[in-house]
Amino acid sequence: MASSNADLSGLVAHNEAPTQVSDDAHGYYTHGEKLVDAKAPTGPIKDRWTTRKMDNRLVNPANRRKLDVIIVGTGLAGGAAAATLGEAGYNVKSFCYQDSPRRARSIAAQGGINAAKNYKEDGDSTYRLFYDTVKGGDYRSRESNVYRLAEVSASIIDQCVAQGVPFAREYGGLLDNRSFGGVQVSRTFYARGQTGQQLLIGAYQAMERQVAAGTVTQYTRHEMLEVIVADGKARGIIARDLVTGEIETHLADVVVLASGGYGNVFFLSTNAMGSNVTAAWRAHRKGAYMANPCYTQIHPTCIPVSGEHQSKLTLMSESLRNDGRIWVPKNREDCDKDPRDIAEEDRDYYLERIYPSFGNLVPRDIASRQAKNMCDEGRGVGPMVGDFRRGVYLDFADAISRLGEDAVREKYGNLFDMYARITGENPYETPMRIYPAVHYVMGGLWVDYNLQSSIEGLFVAGEANFSDHGANRLGASALMQGLADGYFVLPNTIREYLADGPFEKIDESHPAVAEAKASVEDRVSKFLSIGGDRSADSFHRELGHIMWEYCGMERTEDGLRKAIDQIRELKAEFWRNLKVLGTADSLNQSLEKAGRVADFIELGELMCIDALNRRESCGGHFRAESQTEDGEALRHDEEFAYVAAWEWGGEDGQPVLHKEDLIYTAIEMKQRSYK
Amino acid sequence: MNLTLKIWRQAGPQAPGEMKTYQVDDVSEDMSFLEMLDVLNEQLNAGGEEPVAFDSDCREGICGNCSLMINGEAHGPEVTTTCQLHMRSFADGDTITIEPWRADAFPVIRDLVTDRSAFDRIIQSGGYISANTGSAPEANSVPVPRDDATKAFNFATCIGCGACVAACPNGSASLFMGAKITQLGLLPQGQPERWSRVVDMVGQHDAEGFGGCTNIGECATACPKEIPLDVISQLNKDLRTAIKHGH
Amino acid sequence: MAVTRPTLVKGSQGTRSTIALKITMAASGTIFIGFVLLHMYGNLKAFGGQDSFNEYAEHLRELGEPMLPHAGALWVIRLVLIVSLVVHVWAAATLWKRAKSARSTQYVGRKRHTALSSNTMRWGGITILVFLVWHLLNFTIGKINPSTGDTGDAAGDPYSLMVDTFDLWWMTLIYLVAMVALGLHLHHGTWSALQTLGFTGTAKSRTRAKAAGWVVAIVVAGGFSLVPLATLVGIIE
Ligand SMILES: Cc1cc2nc3c(=O)[nH]c(=O)nc-3n(C[C@H](O)[C@H](O)[C@H](O)COP(=O)(O)OP(=O)(O)OC[C@H]3O[C@@H](n4cnc5c(N)ncnc54)[C@H](O)[C@@H]3O)c2cc1C
Ligand code: HEM
Ligand code: HEM
Ligand code: SF4
Ligand code: F3S
Ligand code: FES
Repeated sequence: MASSNADLSGLVAHNEAPTQVSDDAHGYYTHGEKLVDAKAPTGPIKDRWTTRKMDNRLVNPANRRKLDVIIVGTGLAGGAAAATLGEAGYNVKSFCYQDSPRRARSIAAQGGINAAKNYKEDGDSTYRLFYDTVKGGDYRSRESNVYRLAEVSASIIDQCVAQGVPFAREYGGLLDNRSFGGVQVSRTFYARGQTGQQLLIGAYQAMERQVAAGTVTQYTRHEMLEVIVADGKARGIIARDLVTGEIETHLADVVVLASGGYGNVFFLSTNAMGSNVTAAWRAHRKGAYMANPCYTQIHPTCIPVSGEHQSKLTLMSESLRNDGRIWVPKNREDCDKDPRDIAEEDRDYYLERIYPSFGNLVPRDIASRQAKNMCDEGRGVGPMVGDFRRGVYLDFADAISRLGEDAVREKYGNLFDMYARITGENPYETPMRIYPAVHYVMGGLWVDYNLQSSIEGLFVAGEANFSDHGANRLGASALMQGLADGYFVLPNTIREYLADGPFEKIDESHPAVAEAKASVEDRVSKFLSIGGDRSADSFHRELGHIMWEYCGMERTEDGLRKAIDQIRELKAEFWRNLKVLGTADSLNQSLEKAGRVADFIELGELMCIDALNRRESCGGHFRAESQTEDGEALRHDEEFAYVAAWEWGGEDGQPVLHKEDLIYTAIEMKQRSYK
Repeated sequence: MNLTLKIWRQAGPQAPGEMKTYQVDDVSEDMSFLEMLDVLNEQLNAGGEEPVAFDSDCREGICGNCSLMINGEAHGPEVTTTCQLHMRSFADGDTITIEPWRADAFPVIRDLVTDRSAFDRIIQSGGYISANTGSAPEANSVPVPRDDATKAFNFATCIGCGACVAACPNGSASLFMGAKITQLGLLPQGQPERWSRVVDMVGQHDAEGFGGCTNIGECATACPKEIPLDVISQLNKDLRTAIKHGH
Repeated sequence: MAVTRPTLVKGSQGTRSTIALKITMAASGTIFIGFVLLHMYGNLKAFGGQDSFNEYAEHLRELGEPMLPHAGALWVIRLVLIVSLVVHVWAAATLWKRAKSARSTQYVGRKRHTALSSNTMRWGGITILVFLVWHLLNFTIGKINPSTGDTGDAAGDPYSLMVDTFDLWWMTLIYLVAMVALGLHLHHGTWSALQTLGFTGTAKSRTRAKAAGWVVAIVVAGGFSLVPLATLVGIIE
């Protein structure tokens, strides 16, 4: 491990600032100034967070009641933040588009949450969690942030247990851990396959307690459609009450976005149907930078698409790869045969063949990409989707004969049941079919160490920020980050900003408020008045196809250019040919959808530009032009060890690229290898 | 397969509603029930009729958003959520009746969408453990017997969908409430607030206009998470004990 | 227009809750169960003949003497029963009203999964109530002898009254119908009381409570039915 030779004083840089030579995205963007995190802490990495907490000013309890905080999102990040800021005595308004805060997308997380508790005495430590996370992110994250994340991880578990989260336990009554995602220590806390649900309900209950106490007001079925930036500061939001259609103004001293990730830009993903980029994108258009938008995580073990009607994809725990063997037929002619009739010698266990030492347990990005390659070669299995079969076998026949059906049922029964329910096939008898699906986005709004975006007074937490995961997220780290941000980081950094408040009151007549409100109203009536032929859903599907094809698991210069052209055409058609029925003054799900799709289209274009610019392969971003001789991802640290933070360039302008260099003092960059 | 759908349409909370009949053809049995409705909605949109509003989000059976009464059964014929119900549970030529949850505590907002905020208020009235952020003791300082932890987890899997209320002839939310009471009551952390919690939650439940439970048991049959009737027994017992403690 | 929803209630009291109502129903219901079991047992004395039965009836009135006046214990029992009945019916009516307004719109399609008995508690209860009025007029208050038309003590001793009554097929029928209603009511009621009192916290105890429901229902309804049936076919005369 690198700690032995690392100098932790924080004074010695292990790498130089990158200089980009290639310029694939030339003509699609303009150059902006270098970006420096003005709030970045210095000194020994171990002390940075402690010092920062001390240095950040306090807000007198009597003043807190006078300070209004808006939090958009009630997932792990937003829910935890609302509960904590409410307890502290601020006047919190919490927003979510669902009918209850408890339904936020975090609820679907299955596997677990990491924390450096070292309960197994297997050598875990804050530093090791930090190290694994930076390395797992392929050295594209900020070390100070990641260290802080590892540092607060242990407190998260304490907090959740105190709230009554029923984590798995050992016979002695103490908490159980498992290992996850290829790391060598057991640091993942879990609640069967429903960890996200249990953590979220813990945060939700803590938040509801504050609602009862009167410190938090919850606005459910409300969608944030604009941020109000007055005199350079975020001062509120415009939200639509999804039931009455009313366009409401909510003013505050500070605004927090915890609105989740934008994986749904691909239409099909494991995210919830309503997950959107609208909150983040609207802020982006008002001046918040969007960082590394092209970093997407594609999860290898999802249930494949069964037909054109499909609306979303279902994840199945990665643990299945521990015992299942992945294969496709050697010959294309066999692809529509019953897999049980395909002889052993006609099967290609391709991961075992290509990666003999890791076999079926290669990291997510590699397993995903190889599955795609097999299907592109025409050796995929399952129903035809478009021109290809999109699926590979995950076969438990060996495991069943080795361990017995009962043992397999004991371990994976609930996953097998879920599979059977969705596909109608019995996985004990015939191999499962799996295919990769979009699952998580590492990119998001740029924030400084204090989680403040490039708009003053606009803070961003959870998956919505570009955060701590670099180019790839390790399993069980997103839950950790969401709760770290919400319970421990944000409440401690936001006070530095609020210490200057309450800010001068503004009201509905302020030009910034009037402008924001008018623009939302215009947009809503525009959607309803286009009167074309196509539903918002059909545009979304088409966008998804483009993104998946060209900005999915493997990206090429040509493909990305093509995608950008197609997205621009799609955008033009959207505004010409959209059809939204109904009215603006009632629950209108097509109208909600239209707004989300409009923003996804613009985001899609930026993602392609970002991917085009980054002519290297790192983590979830694989550029075909940048691979080793045997087809593995190849990073170019000397050119790209930076955060790409994009500034909105105006309706007809080009996005502006600001680079924030990544300099490591506590870790040395290395190339990953899994052969 | 081809299907006839009878769907409750209602323009708004105060508007009168009616059952309307639609036809959807070429439904594949691999579709989920909600995907079948997506197809209907595309069809309606193309024909100039407003799509049917219904709630759904995760579409993998965990968020509790989806909520349809299908042929008189909450979440339809299988023990699962509406979003995880697939069309292979139906046959070509079937007529399917689709209605919103019916409970006065869950007023209809539009078509098949109801307002379940009463559940949030039941939780607000006491469905939590008071533990301010930062004040928590080290997690392993209070061991919890594995059995209790497992049971608590089982009851904590309630997704707050409201199928129990929809299925109960009395419109009672006892199963939902019982699941929370039982979960928190099993944990050492839940003890200090145990008696006030049950009284406050039941008080809120009653104020919301849910009916009283007469132990019919339709709720547990409808529950996609198989929360058992045990929790209602525990709820009753806790309330009785709370009265004894003077609450 | 937005729907206005209730706000958070403060100062809830356990004794004012629907569950407290249910507990009183369960308590009064349990008293009823005890009563019908005893009464049923007493009725079986009819198989011992006229004297044995009449003696038993008399014995009931002598219970507790000389500490209590003649028929004193009986009156205590009656009082408890009357109070229980008032409470039971009042609570049932209150809960019924609540349930009606908790589900004011019915489903167009409705599939039930539960036993007939759980869904007929209210109408079944009313049936029992109506029967009870008739029964008391018949045997206690009015002492109407349907065969002779005599009332009061002229109608004969309890035994004769009973035999004369059940010699008529339609009287027997009324009683048997009532016993079906009672059986159903107790089938669900026994389990329900146990659940309401919180004795069914596990799957096993739940199965046991349901079994108890069957036993009580069959024993009570069956036991009561023996006398009218035996009279009708002439075993008792
Ligand atoms: C199937 C699945 C499994 C996963 N498993 C794991 C795992 O095992 N371990 C792990 O660490 N991570 C896992 N993840 C990732 C992790 O769950 C998420 O990254 C994390 O929960 C995100 O939390 P969040 O608080 O940032 O946002 P979310 O939970 O996505 O919440 C977003 C909130 O914002 C609100 N919102 C969004 N837009 C608007 C708007 N415009 N107006 C108003 N409100 C809005 C929503 O209503 C919602 O309340 C998984 C993800 C998925 C999809
Ligand atoms: C076949 C069934 C029944 C028969 C043959 C029967 C018979 C009788 C008789 C003979 C009496 C008069 C006893 C006396 O005055 O000493 C009596 C009284 C009574 N019975 Fe029944 N009974 C039957 C069922 C029931 C049932 C089902 C109930 C209640 C649900 C019931 C409730 C009563 C009551 C309350 C009294 C009055 C006791 C008193 O206060 O004196 N009976 N019954
Ligand atoms: C007189 C009219 C009666 C009415 C209207 C009535 C009605 C009801 C109703 C509505 C219930 C609640 C159903 C439930 O909890 O599931 C109930 C419960 C019960 N009833 Fe009755 N009933 C009557 C008489 C009786 C009699 C005479 C007996 C006994 C012989 C009886 C025994 C019970 C029992 C044991 C319960 C279960 C209590 C509980 O639910 O916890 N009832 N009754
Ligand atoms: S108890 Fe079951 S049916 Fe009721 S809300 Fe919870 S999950 Fe849904
Ligand atoms: S169906 Fe209703 S009556 Fe009670 S047992 Fe369930 S809440
Ligand atoms: S949509 Fe989430 S449970 Fe059905």
